[in-house]
Amino acid sequence: MSLRSPLGKVLGTGSAQQGVHHWWVQRLTSVALVPLSIWFLVSLLSLPSLDYWVVSAWMAQGSSALLLILLVLVGAWHSQLGLQVIVEDYVHGVGVRTLTLVAITFAHVLIGAAGVFAVLKVALRSAQ
Amino acid sequence: MPTRPLSPYLSVYKFRYTMVTSILNRFTGVALSAGVLLLVYWLTAVAGGAHAHARAARLLSSPVAKLCYAGLMFAFSYHLIAGIRHLIWDTGRGLEREQARRSAWLVGALSVALTLVIGYCAWYGGTRAP
Repeated sequence: MSLRSPLGKVLGTGSAQQGVHHWWVQRLTSVALVPLSIWFLVSLLSLPSLDYWVVSAWMAQGSSALLLILLVLVGAWHSQLGLQVIVEDYVHGVGVRTLTLVAITFAHVLIGAAGVFAVLKVALRSAQ
Repeated sequence: MPTRPLSPYLSVYKFRYTMVTSILNRFTGVALSAGVLLLVYWLTAVAGGAHAHARAARLLSSPVAKLCYAGLMFAFSYHLIAGIRHLIWDTGRGLEREQARRSAWLVGALSVALTLVIGYCAWYGGTRAP
């Protein structure tokens, strides 16, 4: 038996059945970011300097490149999920909210892709 | 737009310091979103070659940028520790009012301490801004 009213069904109101998935992915990405972000910070602080050659040699190592790609992707994903919730909480106009959410999603995909591309470019350049 | 109060209806709550830990988690999260952007800008500069890196390095070592790093160090420390508090809550532990108030102070103290440790390492650890 459904407890939803016929009017509610027609209007499409109620849960979009997406909430738990959003919540769960935000947790998964947060757990992954604990070691990834700590690794990044410790690596950065351990570098002798942040000169071009030092940084590009570090980025070109297989392990650093892989972890940097993961950091950028998981970080961008977690950021998108978090900003989405803030916009959903505080931006109440439907049109503005939708536009903002679309812009945030596009921006994060762009940031993620640019980060991966940059790391691969450095890593593959020095592999030649 | 409906005229009824919309969630979160902030103005009806009595102020509690545990609210600060909650809102600060959001603020630091937004700051770290900007941090991701900064990280990708830096990676892109390295990928662009020595000249592109040199241009970005001038911007990234400006006093304003250094102030941003200090802010990001705190944002990272706070969001990390407050996030771990959230993950512990997700297991159903520590949700009693007294426990939550105590852990709020703990999150504040630990994140300030972690910020200072990171700041110390960044300043004295041999690494300088690019």
